Amino acid sequence: MLSVASARQSDNLGAAGNMEVDQVQRMIRLKRKIIEVATACNEGHIPAAFSILDILWVLYDRILGITPETLDDPDRHRFILSKGHASIGLYIVLAERGILDPSHLERFGMFGSILGGHPDRTKVPGIEASTGSLGHGFPMAAGLALGAKIRKTSSKVYAIVGDGECNEGTIWESAMFAAHRELDNLYCIVDQNHSGDIALHAGDFRQKFESFGWHTVRINGHDQDEIYRALSQHVPGKPVAVIAETIKGNGCKIMENSPEWTHKYPRPDELEAMLQTLR
Amino acid sequence: MRQQFPNTVHELMKANDKVVLLFGDVGTYGFRHCAAEFPDRVYNVGILEQSMMSIAAGIAMQGLIPVVHTIAAFLVERAFEQIKDDFGYQKLGGNFVSIGGSYDLASWGCTHEAPSDVGLVKNIPGAEVVVPGTPAEFDHLFKQSYDNGHPTYFRLSAKSNAETHDVSFGKANVVKVGAEATIIAVGPMLDRVLEACKGLDVTVLYYTSLQPFDQETLRANFRGGRLIVCEPYYSGACAADIASALRKYPAATTYIGVPREFPHHYGNVDDIDTVFHLTAGGIRAQIEEALSPEEETYRAPSLTLR
Repeated sequence: MLSVASARQSDNLGAAGNMEVDQVQRMIRLKRKIIEVATACNEGHIPAAFSILDILWVLYDRILGITPETLDDPDRHRFILSKGHASIGLYIVLAERGILDPSHLERFGMFGSILGGHPDRTKVPGIEASTGSLGHGFPMAAGLALGAKIRKTSSKVYAIVGDGECNEGTIWESAMFAAHRELDNLYCIVDQNHSGDIALHAGDFRQKFESFGWHTVRINGHDQDEIYRALSQHVPGKPVAVIAETIKGNGCKIMENSPEWTHKYPRPDELEAMLQTLR
Repeated sequence: MRQQFPNTVHELMKANDKVVLLFGDVGTYGFRHCAAEFPDRVYNVGILEQSMMSIAAGIAMQGLIPVVHTIAAFLVERAFEQIKDDFGYQKLGGNFVSIGGSYDLASWGCTHEAPSDVGLVKNIPGAEVVVPGTPAEFDHLFKQSYDNGHPTYFRLSAKSNAETHDVSFGKANVVKVGAEATIIAVGPMLDRVLEACKGLDVTVLYYTSLQPFDQETLRANFRGGRLIVCEPYYSGACAADIASALRKYPAATTYIGVPREFPHHYGNVDDIDTVFHLTAGGIRAQIEEALSPEEETYRAPSLTLR
């Protein structure tokens, strides 16, 4: 079991793995954008977005195959951000992929904007589910996976849940359900950034999902090749749980694993220095 | 009505391959024919009502039509936030069919009772509420509305009226015309209300759809400046609709329904109806009080068991 401290010390956690230089630069650019938008709009959970940014990027760059043209394809793969408070990370990735008009980012969380602190599927192109209330997105993903089976489509469904979100009983209800129904088109990515450990230490998620009948894998959630390999797995008859060891605020030293920065923005005088140190 | 539900769903599953039935380990035997014929569209998901509701929303996102069934206390009260967020807020269509509303399961105690269900669902924007009075009315109303893209709550009552009316989703029926007052009877209250109104010069309107609420029929048939609403759940769930419908009329309004109490007495539905003065006799006494020009000629007896 990895504690907060051991997660910090674990080999290569937070490092970019074998990422190409331009990919590293892209991640830094996206993180920069996240900080700029959140600071300008005074909204958004920056560290929560940073812990899943590599996962989001791999999903939209290499797994989902979603483009502006296929947004309404009934047989598309689906992604649900069950930890909806990390929405700013998803918005930035959608904009980077040309799915969301980046001009919307300027009004994030403001009156009349389509972009809120938690995403709304009826407003934002590319958002599959309106999440925010923890413990809703993952069971909806299970329903989407079952629905895909009923429709006899090969569509797959991916959900990111927070480790704190895994306090919710619906996560485990749905984990039982998905295993029982052999939803091998369902992928649950646990963003184990250890932010939930303060309130309730949930123990070993890999062991837990395994005992519920899932195929499980533990990865460095900041190594994009590892993420890709994990999300490319298919085990007939079993849903896949990817326990992604991540660092909350990854890449921004001052924010990393700091509860102070959960929902806070840099002052103008500290912004530039923060942006310069991103990695 | 509970016996009718599996037949209605079975028919629709044959007619429409988008219909998917989910139930929470309740009514398994009743759904056996459905399950045998459509094993890939009938799921006993287990006892996980909140997840069942979210799973149903995911199914709706695939363009399918979920029908979700269990006891009202768990379908509506436990999974209320899921109905609100996952269906209402997301503007998804689905059908939620309960048994055990109010005190239909009185002998099981208050954990299995839900007089608040109708009022709760009516607080979800875009949601619909249907309280049929007979099995045939349920069959008709369900088939009329099950694929209309809204989250719709159907309450299957233990009691049924003797006669089926020509009901239509979203519309009220004028059952009796009189001048002294207008009385609204909701779903299975109709027989008792008609019995209670014998010899009275009143208009009786029959409501099976509570959301949308047919304000027009009420306005057009409002008589005598007095309205009495007879409803089989915590009274007042439709008060805002009624106030809106009659906003330009002086309307002395009386609500005769389940009082804001836990029906903690066990027994059966008739027992609790007696305790809450919702038998035909109890309703008659309350109507007479409401119609009386004098104040407080009627006082409800203290709430003691027979």
